[in-house]
Amino acid sequence: MTFSNSLELLSFHWVVYTIYAFMIISIVAWFGYNLGRKEKAKSIVRIPFYGYMAFLVIMGVGHHIFTYNAIPWVSQDIMRHNIKPDARYNIEVDNHKWRLPKLPIVVQCGQTIAFDVTSDDLTYGFGLFRQDRTMVMQMQVDPGHNNDIYWTFNHNGDFDLTSTEYSGPKQYDEEGNDLMFVKHFMKVVGCEKGGKQ
Amino acid sequence: MSWKENLVSGTNFDPDSLNALQKVTLRAVVMAFLFYGLVAIEGMIMRMVETGKEVAPIPEMFFHPDHFFSIMTAHPIVGIFGSTYQLVFGAFTFLVPYLTKKPLYSIKLANWTWGLITAGTAMAWFAAFAWHYAPLYTLYWPLPVDTRQFSEVGGIVFIVGVALIMFGTFGFIYNIYATIFARVGVHKDKTTKELLISGFGVDGMLNLMNKLRGKPPYSKEPALALPVVAIFRGTVDTFLDAVVILGAGILVLIYLIADLGGLHWDMNAIDALLYKNWFWWGLDLVADGLVLIYVAGSWYLLATLITGQKLFMENVARAALMLELLVSWMVWSHHLLSDQPQPEMMKLISGEMVTAFELLTQGLALFITLVTLWKARPLKMTMELKYLLGGLVGFGLAVPAGIIQADMGLNRVLHNTQWIIGAHVHIAIIVGLYMTLYSAVYVLWPIVTNNTKLYSHKLSNLHFWLHLIGGIGMGAFMGMAGLDGMLRRHLYVHGEFNPLMIFAAICGTMLLAAWAIFLYNIVMSVGIKGLVGIFMPAKDPTPSYGIDEELEPADDPAFAK
Repeated sequence: MTFSNSLELLSFHWVVYTIYAFMIISIVAWFGYNLGRKEKAKSIVRIPFYGYMAFLVIMGVGHHIFTYNAIPWVSQDIMRHNIKPDARYNIEVDNHKWRLPKLPIVVQCGQTIAFDVTSDDLTYGFGLFRQDRTMVMQMQVDPGHNNDIYWTFNHNGDFDLTSTEYSGPKQYDEEGNDLMFVKHFMKVVGCEKGGKQ
Repeated sequence: MSWKENLVSGTNFDPDSLNALQKVTLRAVVMAFLFYGLVAIEGMIMRMVETGKEVAPIPEMFFHPDHFFSIMTAHPIVGIFGSTYQLVFGAFTFLVPYLTKKPLYSIKLANWTWGLITAGTAMAWFAAFAWHYAPLYTLYWPLPVDTRQFSEVGGIVFIVGVALIMFGTFGFIYNIYATIFARVGVHKDKTTKELLISGFGVDGMLNLMNKLRGKPPYSKEPALALPVVAIFRGTVDTFLDAVVILGAGILVLIYLIADLGGLHWDMNAIDALLYKNWFWWGLDLVADGLVLIYVAGSWYLLATLITGQKLFMENVARAALMLELLVSWMVWSHHLLSDQPQPEMMKLISGEMVTAFELLTQGLALFITLVTLWKARPLKMTMELKYLLGGLVGFGLAVPAGIIQADMGLNRVLHNTQWIIGAHVHIAIIVGLYMTLYSAVYVLWPIVTNNTKLYSHKLSNLHFWLHLIGGIGMGAFMGMAGLDGMLRRHLYVHGEFNPLMIFAAICGTMLLAAWAIFLYNIVMSVGIKGLVGIFMPAKDPTPSYGIDEELEPADDPAFAK
């Protein structure tokens, strides 16, 4: 199982967590109901203590093993210093203003792009969003450091950019409009429907 | 009794019958719930703003970024310090002497504690209100000293307010440890070493090891009761956290004062990433140390008080609290998974692997509490039991939500979204922590108020359901918006994430209504006279509860010796 973009991952996450949430609420509700009953309820399953502990360990560690194998950007992130990107874009930000390359950035399907973002003053964020506002990816932009992220684009799209970290109210105008929002920051082209090349 | 009589005089509450320990406890609790109301109103204003100008029936000024983010800055300060800290500190100031059967070290210091925290919270709030000082609670360097955006005076008032809160916190810490280590009463013959061993849970660990080796237990009767051990352990994190926050405050203060004096120091002299690591190490001790350890201890106490039975697997629980303390010192990197210059090994080990241990420690606390309750059934479904179960649900939801996001893959699309603050933080605090604390309030109510009759059990039930459904609902809708890409520290003024934000606002309204009902119920129980009486000097200076007359240790020559 591999997620080819954040939408697939977030949908999967939504379903799994919702099932879990209903499960834990139901268990405690059932538990509470039976605590008050005069006739003692028989346990549906007997949970051995060490079995439960083992389950928690497996869930805690297994979650990371699963995501490492199923989410492609994890290993790409860790190994990025050994990867040669198809293109690199250097972006600067200062006083709530981006210094950007010529827009829109056009990326071919399947290309791995390096974004290298530096801040001259405050901590910002660098986040790409689809037209329906769902997030493609983001990173923090720490001032005085190189903040680089490698991303492989597997789906066509038209992405906007904004700062994902609060850097003071000057990011907005008096009406509350985001001044760091860049419409149509980049386009991904050349993918087939469903995200294949 | 007429409604008016109830409002003025309460049911049968007599503030003059309270001793000094009871009064100082109630003062902190009253302030905590007043601040809770303020924080709920602030939260509702922000929730309304997020529904958009076209929908929200609130004044235009709240949509201005200066105003909106100053509310967002004050909100966690009032919520965490003004309300949660006060409630927890108030409860523990009562519980430690009560459980150890010793007098509190100093009533005076306890009064200073709630007074300083109240004054500090009010100052920090005022800085946000009057000067729109808005660097948020994260204080990411160099934003708090960015005088292009914020007034120096506002910043100084804010930081002095936070410093007062931290001084109050130190007062609480000193009082708790001085009480625990006081060799009076049942601890007359204990050595400091024995109390330390018990406080850190080493006796529990040695008991476990001896059991495995077939030897008799190291200690059949540990020096400190398990809830006191949790308070002892959690207070270590409270101290470290206060040191870090105060340190950051001093740094910010120095820069702001210099700026006011015309010296414009280079903000880049401080490494933003190093500062972030240091600050998050301290801040995270509130969430992953203090809260989780204090909560585990509170669950154990509540389970034993509600059932009247011994805690299931007590030695394991003692040992686990030690593990939780060590884990809490090593997990801060999960806040920096999206910081690319952060070393990958720190992300992997601290951010992912050690953080995953919290699933184990909190899961263990949940298991022990549930089994203790289960073994004692049938139990009457009292308010305290209901709230305890609500608290368990809250952490049952919020802790896995936190573990999920503490992952390099998911953090890339969840960091700084409403998922973090909704599904994880707000459910942990509002449902998990507060429902646990409400359970403690109901357990302690007859003890601290000398058996005052509660005005209405129907209202208590209504409060419970509104709080539970409102809390889970608000967190869930915020979380869903987060999955749809809604950021947490961002201003949306056109209802971009409706209808989810409308649903979240409806649930937020339920929370606010729940608080109003709770407050009404309490005021009608103690009466306005009683409420004022809580803040009047106590006629009975006894600094303990349930033991024969004791000298306050600070005034006791034997204690000084």
